[in-house]
Amino acid sequence: MSAGTQALQLITSADPKLVEIVWLSLKVSLTAVAIACAVGLPLGAMIAVGRFAGRHTLIVVVNALMGLPPVVVGLIVYLLLSRAGPLGAMGLLFTPSAMVIAQAVLITPIVAALSRQVVEDAWDEYREQLRSLGETKLGAAMTLLWDLRYSLFTIVLAGFGRAAAEVGAVMIVGGNIDGVTRVMTTAIALETSKGDLPLALGLGLVLLAIVLALNATAYVVKETAQKRYG
Amino acid sequence: MVTTRRAVLALLLALTTLSLPAQERFITVASTTSTEQSGLFGYLLPIYERETGVKVRVVALGTGQALDVGRRGDADVVFVHARPAEEKFLAEGHGVKRYPVMYNDFVLIGPKSDPARIAGGRDILAAMKKIEAAQAPFVSRGDRSGTHMAELELWKGAGIDIERSKGPWYRDTGQGMGPALNTAASMNAYILADRGTWLAFKNRGELDILVEGDKRLFNQYGVILVNPEKHPSVKKELGQQFIDWLVSPAGQKAIAGYKINGEQLFYPNASDASA
Amino acid sequence: MDDGRIPAHGPLDMLDLLPLHLRDVVFDSGGRRIIDGVTLDVHAGLRTMIVGPNGAGKSVLVRLCHGLLRPTSGTIRWNSAEFADAPRRQAMVFQRPVMLRRSALANVVYALKVARMPQEQRIERAFEALRTVGLESLAASPARVLSGGEQQRLALARVWALEPEVLFLDEPTANLDPGATHEIEKTIDAMHVRGTKIVMVTHNLGQARRLGDEILFLHQGRVAEHAPVTRFFNDPESVEARRFLEGELPW
Repeated sequence: MSAGTQALQLITSADPKLVEIVWLSLKVSLTAVAIACAVGLPLGAMIAVGRFAGRHTLIVVVNALMGLPPVVVGLIVYLLLSRAGPLGAMGLLFTPSAMVIAQAVLITPIVAALSRQVVEDAWDEYREQLRSLGETKLGAAMTLLWDLRYSLFTIVLAGFGRAAAEVGAVMIVGGNIDGVTRVMTTAIALETSKGDLPLALGLGLVLLAIVLALNATAYVVKETAQKRYG
Repeated sequence: MVTTRRAVLALLLALTTLSLPAQERFITVASTTSTEQSGLFGYLLPIYERETGVKVRVVALGTGQALDVGRRGDADVVFVHARPAEEKFLAEGHGVKRYPVMYNDFVLIGPKSDPARIAGGRDILAAMKKIEAAQAPFVSRGDRSGTHMAELELWKGAGIDIERSKGPWYRDTGQGMGPALNTAASMNAYILADRGTWLAFKNRGELDILVEGDKRLFNQYGVILVNPEKHPSVKKELGQQFIDWLVSPAGQKAIAGYKINGEQLFYPNASDASA
Repeated sequence: MDDGRIPAHGPLDMLDLLPLHLRDVVFDSGGRRIIDGVTLDVHAGLRTMIVGPNGAGKSVLVRLCHGLLRPTSGTIRWNSAEFADAPRRQAMVFQRPVMLRRSALANVVYALKVARMPQEQRIERAFEALRTVGLESLAASPARVLSGGEQQRLALARVWALEPEVLFLDEPTANLDPGATHEIEKTIDAMHVRGTKIVMVTHNLGQARRLGDEILFLHQGRVAEHAPVTRFFNDPESVEARRFLEGELPW
């Protein structure tokens, strides 16, 4: 059976195992993105408007962290969460929470680095006016984050895409346990290694379809909001 | 900022639903890719869960990795197929007791073109010698798995120092059984595989079983409870309950009941004290 | 007027921002000396217009006074200090208005929020400000889609709502048509009547004459002349001012 037919069959049959895997993938990646934004957006904005010793070094480091290999992040988080590791008592290894943590670590630098650039580019325009009004650095950073929401939204989507696509980190910290930590990417990896390539490809098409649908929805929402609120 | 507050609440809610499964009774078993990919666990575990209500979470890795997971205390039970490595695990004090559970066998897979002329043979060591002599392409797992360790034992048994003899013909891939089979299929190479994974493997290309049945190809599986004295987080009652079921008549019958295309993959032998 | 002495003042005067004292203020940037030793006092009451040729340093001077720039040397001191975490008592309108991606009303409310006005009062004061500049019908419109003139009027509404003690303006009507210019000037006048000190940079000599009480004429980073408006235009004392008015110096 060709990959395309498999993909179609998988989608229309709404196989409960597949639904479970898709749902878990979305929950893990969306939660990771939410955490990455909660940390990364304010961080990026503060670096953009701040002036402090070592600022340039920090920018270079954050930019470089965008290139963190997922498998390295997975390894580090694994060592931290293992029972033999410092956070072992929390019992998070081989659970979805561990996957969320690993993905959040992976995407936060991306969100921080890109938002820093976006905010810094706009800061030239806003700086004098916001300072004139008496805004604090922190207040200016938050105000800019909201004002630049449409540009930043694309960054959020990029972060989500990166999270949903990665397999190395979640495989290591999640263990690809059937029914517990198996997500789309690790399921595809498993079927590939079992030699069931049409099924693996079919799952891959399903994953692409979902990510595409999410992006299309997000785009429509953004365009509508932008037209309405300017 | 009402919106931020709502977002934070939603996030916390999402995180709690993610960790909710922790409420159920479960154990973590570190096992090998061959047991998972052959489909044995997919067949066996639902039976166990229905009987006891305990969920078994399997983390499938190579034997070496699985034992390391046990050494770190990240699993309650290890279920692998490399007796020397298991004995070492016990000697280090990480396990309580080793129980033999079942065996399956390895098969030597190769291309139909068979450049080393070994097809149909029953002597695995002779076959390995012929492959090395012909310098025919051979894929090794190279990942400290049970299969890899068995392969190394066979080279030794055939009188070959593989570290010195290996050349471009010997492809050390460092992969699991499935990916290694994929590689062998695309290269038309010889490869040692466990019968279970081979039967479940779909991407065969030109490959088929060329040598089987030699007693030296028998592959014994053992199960060990991770030592709760060294690793206090181990769920010792639930873990031991699983082990007891595996070696019990019910568990052994279930293992024998797993078939692919009518063919039995694993042969229960918990009663064999020498296994 | 600026004899270098800091004038004496009584006890209640201690709370006023003004007078503002500049002493030997120098500002260098990019290897150039833009402000070359300015000493002057800015007092309450009079509307001060800052005029001068291009590159004289007018924009830099108001930014130094407002606090957006720090002098390379010299001192700039208010009568009573502004504190870092207290609402600002001075405001500024720039040549190009900068609005947030929110409604017109929300932009004014935002400024009031930064100024720590209690939340219940903000919307009402913001509406009042919009009414003052005639923008109440556009209160819900996204501010950034308004025309240039409307945005500048919004900027004026914003500072009107803040009731600052001092208002600096840097060529606020340079890019506007006469209609919008007139609206802006009306609002500036209303603020002056309400008690805000006006300090405005302008290229438009007619405007300086219309709106000003005193002229600060800047030439090559120095205050070449500081005179009441009628005397400056009818009988300037300095050579540079005379040549400027006769149009010999480039704008």
